Amino acid sequence: MMHLIALPVLLPLITGLLLLLMAGRKNFALNRAISLIGAGLLVLVAVLLFYTASSGVIQVYAMGDWAPPFGIVLVLDRLSAFMVLVTSVLAFFSIWYAASTMDHPAYNLNGLMHLLLMGINGAFLTGDLFNLFVCFEVLLLASYALLIQGDGPDRAKAALHYVVLNLAGSSLFLIAVATLYGITGTLNMADMAVKVAQLSEEEAPIVGAAALLFLVVFGLKAAAVPLYFWLPRAYSAASAPVAAMFAIMTKIGVYAIARMYTLIFGDQAGHLANLVQPWLWPLALVTLTLGFIGVLAGRTLRMQVSYLVIVSVGTLLAGLAIDTEASLSATFYYLAHSTWVCGALYLIVDLIRRQREDGSDELKSGPALPQATTLGILFFVAALSVAGMPPLSGFVGKVLLLNAVGTGYEAIWLWSLVLLSGLAAITALSRSGSTFFWRTSGGMAHTAKARAWPLAAAIGLLTTTPALALWGEPIIAYTDAMAEQLLNPEHYIQSVLRHTTVGG
Amino acid sequence: MELLISIMIAVMTACGIYLMLRGRTFPVIVGLTLFTYAVNLFIFVMGRLKAGAPPIIGTGESYTDPLPQALVLTAIVISFAMTAFVLVLALRARAELGNDHVDGAPVNEREDSRI
Repeated sequence: MMHLIALPVLLPLITGLLLLLMAGRKNFALNRAISLIGAGLLVLVAVLLFYTASSGVIQVYAMGDWAPPFGIVLVLDRLSAFMVLVTSVLAFFSIWYAASTMDHPAYNLNGLMHLLLMGINGAFLTGDLFNLFVCFEVLLLASYALLIQGDGPDRAKAALHYVVLNLAGSSLFLIAVATLYGITGTLNMADMAVKVAQLSEEEAPIVGAAALLFLVVFGLKAAAVPLYFWLPRAYSAASAPVAAMFAIMTKIGVYAIARMYTLIFGDQAGHLANLVQPWLWPLALVTLTLGFIGVLAGRTLRMQVSYLVIVSVGTLLAGLAIDTEASLSATFYYLAHSTWVCGALYLIVDLIRRQREDGSDELKSGPALPQATTLGILFFVAALSVAGMPPLSGFVGKVLLLNAVGTGYEAIWLWSLVLLSGLAAITALSRSGSTFFWRTSGGMAHTAKARAWPLAAAIGLLTTTPALALWGEPIIAYTDAMAEQLLNPEHYIQSVLRHTTVGG
Repeated sequence: MELLISIMIAVMTACGIYLMLRGRTFPVIVGLTLFTYAVNLFIFVMGRLKAGAPPIIGTGESYTDPLPQALVLTAIVISFAMTAFVLVLALRARAELGNDHVDGAPVNEREDSRI
């Protein structure tokens, strides 16, 4: 039971390596089966961890039995368990979709998906700053390879931008980590929280600079203004299951911001307490605004969905900037919703695209789709949810967030922008929906209907949105407890630093 | 020695950033490489500069911090792998787009040909 925490990292590693070893084989059924079983087991592990964490205990796992703060630790608290669960559910359906649609050259796609998962789960679970960097690199390297799966000049161009930007980001990450280490002499996040709180007045500005450098790095990962330009093109160029899986990638940046600036630079950080929140608020609002302008301006459906991802990032960052228990709880509820729905949207757009005569998702009328009713309903539900219409989870998330902002002048900004972004989403998506499903010309398209399996994967991922609304109460109770745990990091710090190793 | 190394890091970072902002993929990759060199040196220096001291406790009078050396090793390996990857990617982009501009635009369509 104690080793369970390491499984979200080890399981995808083993599955991924197994799949990479099988890469040259012709036996595709076995490849798909292993990939799906691996993803299914991961969901089971994530659910188990989620239950463990929901009791409020913080489990610490010292890798190789080296005691913290010197060894590398994995830490399971409510937040990391929640993020691992969100990831594994998304991954399960993306891999399912990939397994049921990709039966040609993309031999390594499944293996790389699992390696990506390993990096993501590692980033959520680790309690060590340098280890966080390594996990980021693991997931980035897998994502580079996933992005250029398949051919096409668009993909090569988008991948080049994405890779170069992220390599520069990694270097900045290293500078920030090294600066923090140089001053505090530790890399363990809990230990660093203690050291940062005791900084003298002369040392504090240097650490503050490093902390803000971290904001640049995590902002790049999260695609916050002004570092979001790579996202729409990269996500639109990626193949559907990869794009769906990438819906979690921006949220890793959001997670890292939440973790870093509550644990290390939170209320108790002495000279540096809450230094990042004043920056976060304008960034969030500008991201939100540019996001919904992009949704309105998008000329392909995938471009619109990509800008919806940016809108969700803006909304999440606003929640983090308010930095109260209620707002953090709302933020993470909204995070689960937006990740799953954006993932589902990428899958649905791909299903639509495959049934179009010209195979593109450009917003122009064409022959009617063979399965217009089914796809229309799916698109309609996803659009309602992502725009924040009742009774689906997007509405619940937005209400919680708007409720949390209070009645100050901040409320004016957030209310107007969040509601405008909802309006923009509903306008843009209803325009594209009516173009694709109603304004048809030239009879029926001569394309194959979608098979049952990919359709089921998209439907499965989409059912999470009514589920999030239906079981809203227990989920919100969990996120409330999570926000409380996040804003009171003493328990986290004590659990890590007082951890005794097995060998004593 | 501190001043010399600081200047070295600063110059390498400046050159790296300048090259990264160029329009063709090859200077960009060279810029990235220079930037990672600067970063590696920076990590190493963060363990404080100390001459003639081994990174092992108990072998002599003084010792130096071994952790940045381990970190630098990891960072070097990762950046080396990434450089190899981005080189292959640049070659592929060159093959698919027909030129080596980062935006994939043909040179003769640009006003400034000296990009």
